[in-house]
Amino acid sequence: MIEAQALAAFRGERLVFRDLSFGVERGGALVLAGPNGSGKSTLLRVLAGLVRPAAGSLLWEGADALADLPEHARRLAYVGHLDAVKPGLTVAENLSFAARGSTVGPALEALGLAPLAGLPARMLSAGQKRRLALCRLALSHAPLWLLDEPTLGLDSAAVERFGALLARHRAGGGIVVAATHLPLPLPDAGELRLG
Amino acid sequence: MRRFAAVLGRELRLSLRHGSDTLAALLFFVLTAALFPLAIGPAPETLGRIAPGIVWVCALLAALLPLEKLFGADFEDGSLDLLLLSGLPPAAVAMAKAAAHWLVTGLPLLLAAAPLAIMLRMPEAAIPALLAGLLPGTLLLSLLGATGAALVLGARRSGVLLPLLVLPLTTPVLIFGVAAAEAASAGQNPRPHLLLLAALLAAALSLCPLAAGAALRHAAE
Repeated sequence: MIEAQALAAFRGERLVFRDLSFGVERGGALVLAGPNGSGKSTLLRVLAGLVRPAAGSLLWEGADALADLPEHARRLAYVGHLDAVKPGLTVAENLSFAARGSTVGPALEALGLAPLAGLPARMLSAGQKRRLALCRLALSHAPLWLLDEPTLGLDSAAVERFGALLARHRAGGGIVVAATHLPLPLPDAGELRLG
Repeated sequence: MRRFAAVLGRELRLSLRHGSDTLAALLFFVLTAALFPLAIGPAPETLGRIAPGIVWVCALLAALLPLEKLFGADFEDGSLDLLLLSGLPPAAVAMAKAAAHWLVTGLPLLLAAAPLAIMLRMPEAAIPALLAGLLPGTLLLSLLGATGAALVLGARRSGVLLPLLVLPLTTPVLIFGVAAAEAASAGQNPRPHLLLLAALLAAALSLCPLAAGAALRHAAE
């Protein structure tokens, strides 16, 4: 499980949150809610180890998670608010780095992008690029998924496919922490309100 | 090591796909060096004397061209976060980027330098010393350049800041590189200058990735 104890973080000069404590069990999910600028994205980046917390600690299975950052990075998959899609590469090639040599077909299938595999990514619409970013989750074997507005721009069919992916991840003991303003297909998720 | 190779492979694939960007540095190198005979006149003794300086300055400026995009493109589209979360230490990510910069920019510059030096009427005896200096020299430019590119990430007007930061750091490389070629054309031994370049390379190999890695982590915050 992942556990935060009295976390605080700055964004630039501003303290965005403090004294934040929560825990998510294996198979559990946590939805971060709150107005714009309340620190949802910053909290996700703290959980990913990209931003150092100003105070507090983050525990993974009871041990300090941020002590060894490369090790922490291996147990998480992060989808930020940017899609990290390279327009010059094809849809399938965009995933080859995340795939680490495994085949990308099933991941593209999971989000309905399989027919577009050979297309240059610059031809994709905003929603399709978002789906491509989410495909990286399907390739990941990491137990902790950190998602920043994952369903922004997705149509309802894609949200349904994404819901199936999330359910499979949680059934396998995975943890999901997601920041969102939209309803997510995460049944019995806890909610943490910031700001 | 497999992850390092994966980052390097990704960089090379991206460079191949954006071939025009990759060729730009090499074309810049050849074209600017070709302007000198037109501006100075084709007299072999004048040209031959300043040829090492021309080749070195043009190579230095050409190596700067792709630096802004080295981390900038990944920083803007969110890929930098994924690289930092690839399970590699940030210093190794920076090292892979510097290696990719050398393979895509430094190595072509090195290969183009010999024909260019002949075109500029450089004494034949000096060409091996020029190339022997350019080998550690281009590696140094990639390492120092990657460090500078990581440091200016997120800064406004990073394109202006980058040469201001990198050029002063590269002056020792330029001085010893040109000195090696000049020593050889004057019939002296270029070895001391080449050894100094190698010493600079040894220092940069150990320090630059650490500095660049720390800058990448800071940029992601």
